[in-house]
Amino acid sequence: MGAPEVEAMEPARIMTPPADDVLLETRGLTKRFGGLIAVSDLDLDVRRGEISSLIGPNGAGKTTVFNVVTGIYRPDAGEVRLGGEGIGGWKPHRIVARGIARTFQNIRLFPEMTCLENVMAGRHCRLAAGFWTALLHAPGQRREERQAVDFCHGLLERVGLERFANELAKNIAYGSQRMLEIARALATRPRLLVLDEPSSGLNPRETEELIGFLRELSAEGLTLLIIEHDMNVVMGISDWITVMDEGRKIAEGTPEEIYHNPLVIEAYLGREDADEEGD
Amino acid sequence: MTPMDRLRALPGLWKWLPAVAAFALYPLAANDYLLDVAFFFGVYTLLGLSLNVVLGEVGLFDFGHAGFYAIGAYTTAILNTLYGVPILVLIPVSALAAGLFAYLVVSPVIHLRGDYLLIVTIGFGEIVRIGLINNPWGLTGGSNGVVGIDNPVLAPGMVIENSLGFYLLIWCLVALSILGLENLQRSHIGRAWNCIREDEIAAKATGINVRGYKLLAFVLGAALAGVAGNVYASKMMVVSPHSFTFMESAMFFCIVLIGGMGSIPGVIVGAAAISLFPEVFRGFAQYRMLFFGAVMVAMMVFRPAGIWPCRRGFLKMPGRPAAAGPRNGSA
Repeated sequence: MGAPEVEAMEPARIMTPPADDVLLETRGLTKRFGGLIAVSDLDLDVRRGEISSLIGPNGAGKTTVFNVVTGIYRPDAGEVRLGGEGIGGWKPHRIVARGIARTFQNIRLFPEMTCLENVMAGRHCRLAAGFWTALLHAPGQRREERQAVDFCHGLLERVGLERFANELAKNIAYGSQRMLEIARALATRPRLLVLDEPSSGLNPRETEELIGFLRELSAEGLTLLIIEHDMNVVMGISDWITVMDEGRKIAEGTPEEIYHNPLVIEAYLGREDADEEGD
Repeated sequence: MTPMDRLRALPGLWKWLPAVAAFALYPLAANDYLLDVAFFFGVYTLLGLSLNVVLGEVGLFDFGHAGFYAIGAYTTAILNTLYGVPILVLIPVSALAAGLFAYLVVSPVIHLRGDYLLIVTIGFGEIVRIGLINNPWGLTGGSNGVVGIDNPVLAPGMVIENSLGFYLLIWCLVALSILGLENLQRSHIGRAWNCIREDEIAAKATGINVRGYKLLAFVLGAALAGVAGNVYASKMMVVSPHSFTFMESAMFFCIVLIGGMGSIPGVIVGAAAISLFPEVFRGFAQYRMLFFGAVMVAMMVFRPAGIWPCRRGFLKMPGRPAAAGPRNGSA
């Protein structure tokens, strides 16, 4: 981290940050589903240590971007680079190992496993033990497992779920499940945490807590990329906002700039009805 | 490892003590017939354990498990009768052969889900059985199978040839398998398997190599079935394609479902039900299947998770801090 990386890919444009500052970048990213172009020629930059947001009306292609970046989908064209290294089309588990962790819009936990085990699952990619040491329950594997358990208890404590450590994930409240999903993502020791609508379904108090927690993580140096519908959250938390509409980037800038950008206002106002239906 | 940890690790083994004692004392009271019944109970337990890795732990529908069992049995039969390789040496060889076969046939289809995988594995099972009937290169003896398989020789002069010997052999193998499988279940591998069963997409996004762990489960399950095939071949002294029908695969499936998916004690209960049931109801052979069907229906209604379901959530974790939760509050 922090080492000088590839030079800028193209002549500097206004508001394009220097490349060594960028943790995640996509260039010309395109994803099609049959005849539908979900994401079209997208250039996205996520700078180190910042909280970046991806916003746009429903169906703008935000979640598709997330799925391509995290390897759930293969890109049809374009590049995805993490810290200068091309990761487009990699298998999801390799991308996680390189440092991108994610959460889902509709929480996807392992419901029949305990909260602790859910977080332990996130730890999986950092464990060195192999098949034979696990089969024989060898001392090295036991030590590593113990360390992982301690680490994950620590994470549960951080998100305020320690008392549910042995509770099945399906039994805890919705807001807690969301925090558990974030804890599981954090257990992978990510460089970049990608959150798909983290505040959806949370009440105002829980949203407040979530924002506080995300700020804390950011202050510790974690880079975040967030899809969010709640404009109060987006405007309040983001350092940088990218706006998508119909698969394309229509604007990017600071919250201030986006707030006053006529294109963005048009995209949203023009679709006010659809947006309301969607929510 | 502190003495405290040692104490915590014990209950896992102690809970098997009554079972081990029962199996050790059983031969004192049993005649050859009862020992043979217990032998087949053991074979079915091993087969149930092997399928449980695939079906129970990972949730993959493998309906061709008898095929892997057959590969193990025929590997033993052919290598022993043609080249005189000792049976015990052939245990790992049969395991490897079945595992390798599973790897080769399953890797192209491992991405299939649910019922699609089920159909394909039925196909594998049938291909193996019909392949054996067709007597490729004159190796498998067609419908008659391979005859004249040796008894296992532990040491010069120490031959396993009676019911007691085979009873002890199979249950030692079962015990070893249970030890290994319990370790796996508690490790990151067991966790990864269960994560895939619960939510494949989430498992991927959490950093688990889904394809790799599915294949591992298949190869391990097939290898264990291969071991069962080895012991079976040696006990029967003859193997034929009729022992590895689709009905056998269905029986293994029932063992795992009756006992409880992913539960090792459940597999033992399920294997007991499947292997002892026909013996108990020998007198009513005509109505056996009728009753069996009724039991299955009752099971699905009253205990859909199995007789002894896996309580994965409360598996002991090593070195859990004392304040971990209500269940461990006193630790």
